[in-house]
Amino acid sequence: MLDKTKNDTTKIEAKRTQEPIVVRFAGDSGDGVQLLGAQFVRSAADSELNFFTFPDYPAEIRAPAGTTFGISAFQIQFNSDTVLTPGDAADVLIAFNPAALKTNLTEVKTGGLVVVDEGTFNKRGLKKAGYDADPRDAGLGEHQLLSIDISKRTLEAVAETGVGRKQAVMARNFWVLGLVLWMYGQNRKPVNNWIDKKFAKTPDVLAANKAALNAGHAYGETMELAVQSPASPLHVSEPYRVITGTDAMALGIAAISSLSGLETFYCSYPITPASALLHALAKIGSGIRTFQAEDEIAAVCAAIGASYGGAIGVSAGSGPSLALKTEALGLAVAAELPLIVINVQRAGPSTGMPTKTEQADLLMAVFGRHGEAPLPVLAPATPGECFDIMLDAAKIAIEAMTPVIVLSDAYLANAAEKWIVPDAEKLPDLRPSRDLPDESNYHPYLRDDVTLARNWIIPGTPGFVHRIGGLEKAHDSGDISYDPNNHDKMVALRAEKIARISERCPPAEIETGAEEGDVLVIGWGSTYGALKTAVDNLDEAGHAVGHLHLRRLWPLPRGIEKIASRFKKVIVAELNHGHLRRLIRSEYLIPAEALNRVSGQPFKIADVEAEIHQLLNR
Amino acid sequence: MNEIALSAKDFTTDQEVRWCPGCGDYAILKAVRKVLADIGRPPHEVAFVSGIGCAARFPYYLSTYGFHTIHGRAAAVASGLKLARPELDVWVVGGDGDFLSIGGNHTIHVLRRNIDLNLLLFNNAIYGLTKGQYSPTSAIGTRSPSSPEGSADSPINAASLALGSGARFVARSADTLQDHLPEILKRAQAHKGASFVEIFQNCIVYNDNAFGPITDKTAGPDVVVRAEHGEPLIFGKDREKGLVFDPERNQFKPVVIGDEATRDQIAHHDETSLTLAQALAVMDGPGAPMVLGVLYCAPEATYRERLPENYRTKPLDRSALSDLLLGAAASR
Ligand code: SF4
Repeated sequence: MLDKTKNDTTKIEAKRTQEPIVVRFAGDSGDGVQLLGAQFVRSAADSELNFFTFPDYPAEIRAPAGTTFGISAFQIQFNSDTVLTPGDAADVLIAFNPAALKTNLTEVKTGGLVVVDEGTFNKRGLKKAGYDADPRDAGLGEHQLLSIDISKRTLEAVAETGVGRKQAVMARNFWVLGLVLWMYGQNRKPVNNWIDKKFAKTPDVLAANKAALNAGHAYGETMELAVQSPASPLHVSEPYRVITGTDAMALGIAAISSLSGLETFYCSYPITPASALLHALAKIGSGIRTFQAEDEIAAVCAAIGASYGGAIGVSAGSGPSLALKTEALGLAVAAELPLIVINVQRAGPSTGMPTKTEQADLLMAVFGRHGEAPLPVLAPATPGECFDIMLDAAKIAIEAMTPVIVLSDAYLANAAEKWIVPDAEKLPDLRPSRDLPDESNYHPYLRDDVTLARNWIIPGTPGFVHRIGGLEKAHDSGDISYDPNNHDKMVALRAEKIARISERCPPAEIETGAEEGDVLVIGWGSTYGALKTAVDNLDEAGHAVGHLHLRRLWPLPRGIEKIASRFKKVIVAELNHGHLRRLIRSEYLIPAEALNRVSGQPFKIADVEAEIHQLLNR
Repeated sequence: MNEIALSAKDFTTDQEVRWCPGCGDYAILKAVRKVLADIGRPPHEVAFVSGIGCAARFPYYLSTYGFHTIHGRAAAVASGLKLARPELDVWVVGGDGDFLSIGGNHTIHVLRRNIDLNLLLFNNAIYGLTKGQYSPTSAIGTRSPSSPEGSADSPINAASLALGSGARFVARSADTLQDHLPEILKRAQAHKGASFVEIFQNCIVYNDNAFGPITDKTAGPDVVVRAEHGEPLIFGKDREKGLVFDPERNQFKPVVIGDEATRDQIAHHDETSLTLAQALAVMDGPGAPMVLGVLYCAPEATYRERLPENYRTKPLDRSALSDLLLGAAASR
């Protein structure tokens, strides 16, 4: 029953909206909130809507039920128009229990709607969440409250299906899904299809989930809850699919082998949040070889061994993983072998906050090796770009015979968006040249005049047996050399080889906003959506603000200095204490300002706007 | 396939060998070159991967493909190489620091995975290249620059560790035993799966004579049992001693044949028995000899053979890639 004293939904009006909508689900890790989110996405994608999701979950697999530290949340922003972020704040929060309300209320917009499961707001639930009194009694301030006994209604709905109580309670997420699909005028069919497939082996669970879904939907209908359905999006003719950064990266890795004709050898050791990539690749199976190594060092070393053997070695991990791989990266630099090392960055230092996002590994990626060991560093900006960046990384690695680091992060890895599937026929050819040099003067450090890459001759090739290794070698014979001048020359050669990569890559370009004017905002990686939206907003408001977003962080693309010179001020926005800012300052002697936040959470658009405003007014 | 007979010279590079004069590594290099020639695979089909240390210089002196990597990680690099190029004959060379200390983890795992590699541990019970510190196989009380009063660590028994890690081929030999080492190396190479050979190697500079008289022509036979499959475990200059199982101590003990036991009571070697191999590997006590030879050889499916079929598939062609990319895509 709707408790009229606690609920006030009169302010909700039915409308067909052009405005993006943000919905947030929050509950215990075991409540199936992430699954609920994923199913809502399924429905939104089916309607061709655009969206961006943000799964925000704890490191604990199953924290004690009802506690605040075990709360898992899923936020989605959807619209008919382009969507670049999960949204600063939610229009609607659905809290599965008091702890979820407590930890997530701050994520709701002023005037937003909060739906809670009344059935969990008992003494025990409140106490576990640390509430002295029922927060609903005093009202939720500016927010509207809708208190429904979701637990009871779910149990009633599934009573006929014969599932046990535990399974029945588990169906709450489908009840909520039904309700939300009603509220946003979305179709239940894609979800029903999924349920049919997923639970084919357990007909009672299948029936219970469907019953709960339908009951939630019917509840919205009978209660005449306002429907706010997004305007129809522009029809897309190309095929599209829902993709997370992790899945896009996995497809990118699979594509490398296909486009280069080389086997892709993916080696890693489980670590949050990068493990998901290993799972995704292991599932693809064909054309990719996965190897779960005994530790991070073995993972990267096996990848190096595979590259030595003529495959493309790829090794992924998160934060601490890259730290452990630094020595091996130095070997790949010295041996001049192609290799791709992915770092799905997470909040550090040390174990930090393993499931939370951060960009604080940039300087480690660029400089974190002993000796002079330059290597290229790339960073995708969106989940979909995680695909493209892998092809870029492979191209650079093969062309320059160098290890490449790709910096993704926890946010990008988990976020999902609508992805226009690229046409496989139009993807670049990554096949390396396999022309053999002249056998008589051969040595393994003969270089290409343009790229300075050494030749890549695969063990097994007759007539070219050679030895490589980490010891310095003579530039003109490949033999071990301790000659001072030779070392100086080799260090310079290796640096020049990396520097030349930017000559072959497109120059930096303004992403959005003004081409010249007051403030240039420079960003990189997953902050793309928030920065672009903030700059778009400022631009619309008439400010001369431009946004430059870097995908190539080392070597830096050409043209940054020129672009920066057209603005009065430069500010570098990143989720760390100024890594890219340091690079920009030291490379170009530009007095770049900092816009930093290191909270484990992505930027909020409003915060970015406010800081740029401040700079404009200074 | 290989019509032209190869000689040790075919496996020799123009690089000047830089070990200390008298180092046991020279003898091992000689044995390996001979074995490679006898096996007869052309040099370009063979690869040597090493870590860091005196032993790890090995690839530079062999005219095969070679990769001198980083300390302790040779087994991991070689795993990647072998999985990418299964047709190559891949050897891993390292010392006791490389294999058992900094790279101990990789040794354990490469063995249990049973990747088809030939692993040669040059055990000299000392860190040579870093100038003589005690190593993971040094005896307790070893005096060295880092343990002037004698080391406190107890040594690892490499063969026992290998057996415990699930190795399916474990053997022991010594550097200068040219009538023994080459045969052991050939067996190791012929074995499908990871084969582990511990070679006692004399570091003449920092740990001379660490393994006592086992390579000594006169004293050797009294302290070494050369285990051969199906043969009695007999030793001694006049083959007058043997090993019997001592039920009181639940392990093998040396006896004088005819005196303490009859010839029939002498245990026979069975290289397919893990229990026997472990017992021989860890044997100690008064007068206990060192057991050399193939302690254990019990082939099993290799890592590659155990992998699912699709793991061995070639890169996807563009149309297969297209299908993969489309996946669950909506096409309208
Ligand atoms: S230090 Fe010892 S092991 Fe190293 S080369 Fe010299 S003798 Fe051989």
